[in-house]
Amino acid sequence: MIKLRSFIKGCIIILILAISNYSIAEQVLRWSSAGDALTMDPHAQNETPTINMNRQIYETLVMRDVNLQMEPGLAEQWKAINDTEWEFSLRKGVKFHDGADFTAEDVKFSIKRAAAPSSDFKNYVATIDNITIVNDHTIRIKTKEPDPILPSYLTFVFMMDKGWSEKHNVAVPQNYGSSEETYAVRHTNGTGPFQLVERKPDLKTILKKNPTYWGGDIALDKVIHTPIKSAPTRIAALVSGELDFVLDPPIQDLQRLKKDDSLNVVSIPQIRTIFLGMDQGSKVLRSNPSLGKNPLSDIRVRKAMYMALDVTAIQQKIMRGLSVPAGMITAPGVKGYTKSLDERLPYDRKQAKSLLAEAGYPDGFTLRLDCPNNRYINDEDICQAVVSMLSRIGIKATLNAQPKSIFFKSVTNSESDFYLLGWGVATLDSEYVFRYLLHSRSKDIGTWNHANYSDPEVDQLIKDIQKELDMNKRDHMIAQVWEKVRDNITYLPLHHQVINWVVSSKFDIPIRASNEPLFKLVKVVR
Amino acid sequence: MLKFLLQRIVQGIVVMLVVAFVAFCIFRFLGDPVNNMVGDSATEEEKEQIRQQLGLDEPVAMQYLKFVSNIAQGEFGTSYRTRTSVIEQMKERLPATLELSFISGMLSILLGIPMGIYSALHPKSWLSKQFLVGSLMGISIPTFLTGLLLIYLFSVVLGWFPSQGRGGLVELGWWTTSLLTVKGWSYIILPALTLCIYQMTLITRMVRAEMIEVMRTDYIKFAKARGLPDRIVQYRHGLKNSLVPVITIIGLQLGSVVAFSIITETVFNWPGLGQMFIQSIEFVDIPVMSAYLIFVGAFFVILNLLVDIAYAFIDPRLRVH
Repeated sequence: MIKLRSFIKGCIIILILAISNYSIAEQVLRWSSAGDALTMDPHAQNETPTINMNRQIYETLVMRDVNLQMEPGLAEQWKAINDTEWEFSLRKGVKFHDGADFTAEDVKFSIKRAAAPSSDFKNYVATIDNITIVNDHTIRIKTKEPDPILPSYLTFVFMMDKGWSEKHNVAVPQNYGSSEETYAVRHTNGTGPFQLVERKPDLKTILKKNPTYWGGDIALDKVIHTPIKSAPTRIAALVSGELDFVLDPPIQDLQRLKKDDSLNVVSIPQIRTIFLGMDQGSKVLRSNPSLGKNPLSDIRVRKAMYMALDVTAIQQKIMRGLSVPAGMITAPGVKGYTKSLDERLPYDRKQAKSLLAEAGYPDGFTLRLDCPNNRYINDEDICQAVVSMLSRIGIKATLNAQPKSIFFKSVTNSESDFYLLGWGVATLDSEYVFRYLLHSRSKDIGTWNHANYSDPEVDQLIKDIQKELDMNKRDHMIAQVWEKVRDNITYLPLHHQVINWVVSSKFDIPIRASNEPLFKLVKVVR
Repeated sequence: MLKFLLQRIVQGIVVMLVVAFVAFCIFRFLGDPVNNMVGDSATEEEKEQIRQQLGLDEPVAMQYLKFVSNIAQGEFGTSYRTRTSVIEQMKERLPATLELSFISGMLSILLGIPMGIYSALHPKSWLSKQFLVGSLMGISIPTFLTGLLLIYLFSVVLGWFPSQGRGGLVELGWWTTSLLTVKGWSYIILPALTLCIYQMTLITRMVRAEMIEVMRTDYIKFAKARGLPDRIVQYRHGLKNSLVPVITIIGLQLGSVVAFSIITETVFNWPGLGQMFIQSIEFVDIPVMSAYLIFVGAFFVILNLLVDIAYAFIDPRLRVH
């Protein structure tokens, strides 16, 4: 009898051990954000949530670490061998998830794929002229012109397996017009720390650890992403313990979440600056044609509007302290950012009024402010504050807040005189700001310059910056452009956004200013 | 009868074509999908190319005709947003919406009818007044708020039910069901409760009003005079006769449960068609939006047809016409 009892006891102990062992072995991170990746095809969508998800599975030649510094990825090292040629030495012994070797052929194939007309990254590889394979683990990339930021752009070009892509008929990204879904939309084969187990668009994506990852062991066995659109539901699921990590908590909930012992709130200034654009090139105001002229082309008016904005009030009242007032339209961490350029002109309503009077508008004027209402943090509230601040110096702005799909349509069709925009810097180099926001507008460059700012000197400087390989000279030119923009008051900077992540205290997820979590870096605390 | 049916079916098709056309006219005002489809680095020329590929540069009437002819060939296209086949996406989400609507419909019947009977038979009792006040609140509080309150109470504070999503699934061919496991029920109960409140209120009030009316009629008095037991008078004679209009309303309301589920699905992150529709509106995902509207249109048309047929069976006077 005693024997039987101790036998049962023994069994129970073994069972308990087995169960507890099992729960130690399986580390699952369940996380959520409002939106899902749009596709798993790594070249089809240049959009942050999509890149986020793909970056766990696919990898690039050059990568960025926690502090967004460049580090070797699938290329162990790279150097410029002359003005227009770069040599990349590839990492050896790397395998794709299906077991195929990663070689120079795959690199050549992937860059070509990213340059295809249906790729959304083609502008990132537009300077590449051709690629030569030196041997299995060395390639040379020749650019059409000297390109100092090529490695930076390559942090976005994911490497795919040539054999796998050709086998599944996905040698080019899916065409917009095609009526059939391609294999790469729901299937992946990367070299990264995680591999795709299950993909249900908008519902659930399950990743599991790549046991043979070249970068060493990974703490997480599984990562489950569930997109939850409604913010209160997302937070409720986190508080009730159904989630471990929320990427985009609403800022009004943060104070309360900070008090919860089982959760940690981490913050970092984001590489994204919110600012107002004013069309200074148009002859008359579209929203007030009866005025007969365009006051925004007068620098005194722009300066008056700048000085009328109390960004500290916006920071305190609307952003709940979670923003950094900005004097330039690029954030700390971007090449070319300096503290002194980020200083704002003083908030001075009196001077603003006298500037307006000097410019011939003592009683102000009327115009429309176009604003998105679902794109940036509290975007509509910011615009409302701007409207009331401008009204105090006599400028009567009417607010036109719309969903992003309508807002961006009217801005890109040049239907707006005055608009709110945010700009992130993918390459972490000022050139990315200049190229889109400051260069005179044309078909291929200056495509987001809806301020219609045009200065031949600045255009020339931008052309030179794009080619200059001497970094000192280049830095100097970048500073020159920023000074010109500041002196001309081309845009009205408001603030740099701040990212907040809420993480269960069970995990430690290093926060990155690009708002991209890297799950291979996650540590399990308890 | 056949003529009647054919007539109805032709009418239904016309209704759906009109629905689709109106939808296409509205899509124009939702914005430009292309800006959502490409990154910041895309040039105007590239965007124009995509517009051409998608046929967005053509006049609305032309786009509409193409859409209709594609549908006639069973071709619903691919989503602009997820690049996946629309029909696949709908197939994946249809079970979730139908199960939610079905459970919430059942709940509203199972709770609404007894509550209606009780408050009709005991109009002055304390409980009846609570039912009426409660149902008034059910109608007045917006669905999303009810949903959030339920989440807060049952998921965050009490921790009884999960706050979002759909789990405990069992696959039956292409249909996934959450009704065969306890876990599955724990996911469906809160959203179904939220969704049923409005219908339940409607049913309670209708049953109550109808039954009070019926209980005043002569044949009830006569039945009582015959000395029949209360139970038989109330249920066999009273309830039966008051249910006819209620059943019609329940049938028609089933359509609006599917439509109403948009908000409930968003609040509970319920992976149904309504949630899919909301996501596609924000992106101006025209293929998904049109497919959803066609689906809802067809659903209403079929429901109406069934109600009409049922009428014809119940009421012989309609058949004579």
